[in-house]
Amino acid sequence: MHDISKVFANGVTALAGFDLSIRAGEFVSLLGPSGCGKSTVLRLVAGLAAPTAGQVTWPGSTNADHRSEIGFVFQEATLMPWADVASNVWLPLQLRGVSRRDARERIAESLALVGLEDFAKAYPRELSGGMRMRVSIARALSIRPRLLLMDEPFAALDEIARFRLNDDLLRLQSELGCTIVFVTHSVYESAYLSSRIAVMSRRPGRIVAEIPGEPPGPRPKDFRTSPRYAALCGQISQILLEQTEEHL
Amino acid sequence: MASHVTPAPKRGNPVRLILPLAVFAAALAAWEGYVRLNGVPPYILPAPSLIATTIVTDWPLLRASLFTTLQTTLLGLVLAVLGGVFLAVLLSLSRIVEYSLYPFAIVLQVTPVIAIAPLLLIYMPQDAAVLTCAWLVAFFPVLSNTMLGLQSVDRNLMELFGLYGAPAANRPLARFRSRLKALWYLRRPAALSAFLTGLRIAGGLSLIGAVVAEMAAGSAGAGSGLAYRIIESQYRLNIPRLFAALVLLALTGIVLYLLLAGISHLLLRRWHESALSRDA
Repeated sequence: MHDISKVFANGVTALAGFDLSIRAGEFVSLLGPSGCGKSTVLRLVAGLAAPTAGQVTWPGSTNADHRSEIGFVFQEATLMPWADVASNVWLPLQLRGVSRRDARERIAESLALVGLEDFAKAYPRELSGGMRMRVSIARALSIRPRLLLMDEPFAALDEIARFRLNDDLLRLQSELGCTIVFVTHSVYESAYLSSRIAVMSRRPGRIVAEIPGEPPGPRPKDFRTSPRYAALCGQISQILLEQTEEHL
Repeated sequence: MASHVTPAPKRGNPVRLILPLAVFAAALAAWEGYVRLNGVPPYILPAPSLIATTIVTDWPLLRASLFTTLQTTLLGLVLAVLGGVFLAVLLSLSRIVEYSLYPFAIVLQVTPVIAIAPLLLIYMPQDAAVLTCAWLVAFFPVLSNTMLGLQSVDRNLMELFGLYGAPAANRPLARFRSRLKALWYLRRPAALSAFLTGLRIAGGLSLIGAVVAEMAAGSAGAGSGLAYRIIESQYRLNIPRLFAALVLLALTGIVLYLLLAGISHLLLRRWHESALSRDA
């Protein structure tokens, strides 16, 4: 995958002088206080919104439409309640004209990736919050995206489910080799997951610091209790704290 | 992690069926007893047993009337569903159409239709006027509920649709096509439960519309539906037959409601919250 560099400047309020480049295979966390425009960044990358000024550029590609390479996971699972799990996962392919028969294998694969192969016929309301989020991730993976955008996907889950999904996500990334941009407001989550943490300022949002994290891939079992993890968390917290004090 | 939930067992609590039936039977018995003990003449208050016999003896006449009313009600309901859904889809596809037509729909809805019935009878043949009346009353619940449903799609789902769907097109035709696609894949299923609510309301209202129009027509001395039988029996002081027609009307309403509620349950039971039993 090529690397992506994008320069946004959304004149109004959300983002100003925002500048971030993302390289292939990275796991970048966007961390910042509520309302700093983290989600806006994702929407700009996805092409769901257009920047007021500045550009989102994808070097190595002349095609302006990158939506076929992007998977998007929202804060809520955003499943269709009237359709079973397999149909929900099918949706992105269905919208591209892939028949159910042709998509069957891909649906099964995607569900297996998130460990839900036995739940293809279940309806969203029969699943727990964590399982719904897994379906949502399987849906994003069904098109084998090169770039996975995640907007605080685990914010509404309990800690046990979140830890498990964190590990699953790292495993998935190393299996599929996709790039992930992950929006969060949790210091600990960003420190655990990311190969790079981009800290954003209050609105209008811009990047105030970029901290290198652990390289992508599954974490050792004791990573959460390691000094390296604690130091990382401390470092990020410090920067966030300076940010808020500046504005008080 | 929660385990896979099996579909909830049917609410088979017999008490919930037996209790209302017992109350109903007790009321009928009290009525019968009161009439018999006090010797109330049937032209004041007929006993339930007499009403039952009247239904049997007058059945040929009442059956024809029941058939007429049923036909009007069902035809009115079907036309209301077709018209209401068609207009709701049209309004949801185009803002211009919505802004220019919806206010009139509301004005028509808040006008008490019984006031329109005599007018309709002037301009139309009697059958058509009664049918129009049933259609008019049933039409608006279908329209407004379907519209509400079509608009209540999760915003994130719509965004997802934009992300995975056809590329954002600038040509009006392509934009229209992507709207049609969103309508079919997202809005249609999302609107289903609201539409079914509208349908249940419309079923009852269609019967009311038919009865109201028949009464308006009946007082002009024409017609053959159940409501007309009621008016006619009143003039002739045939009170047992009046009650018999009333019972048939009530039964029609109940059957219609159960039918529509059954359809709604069948369509929604797999996924909709409202179809979940409380102890699931």
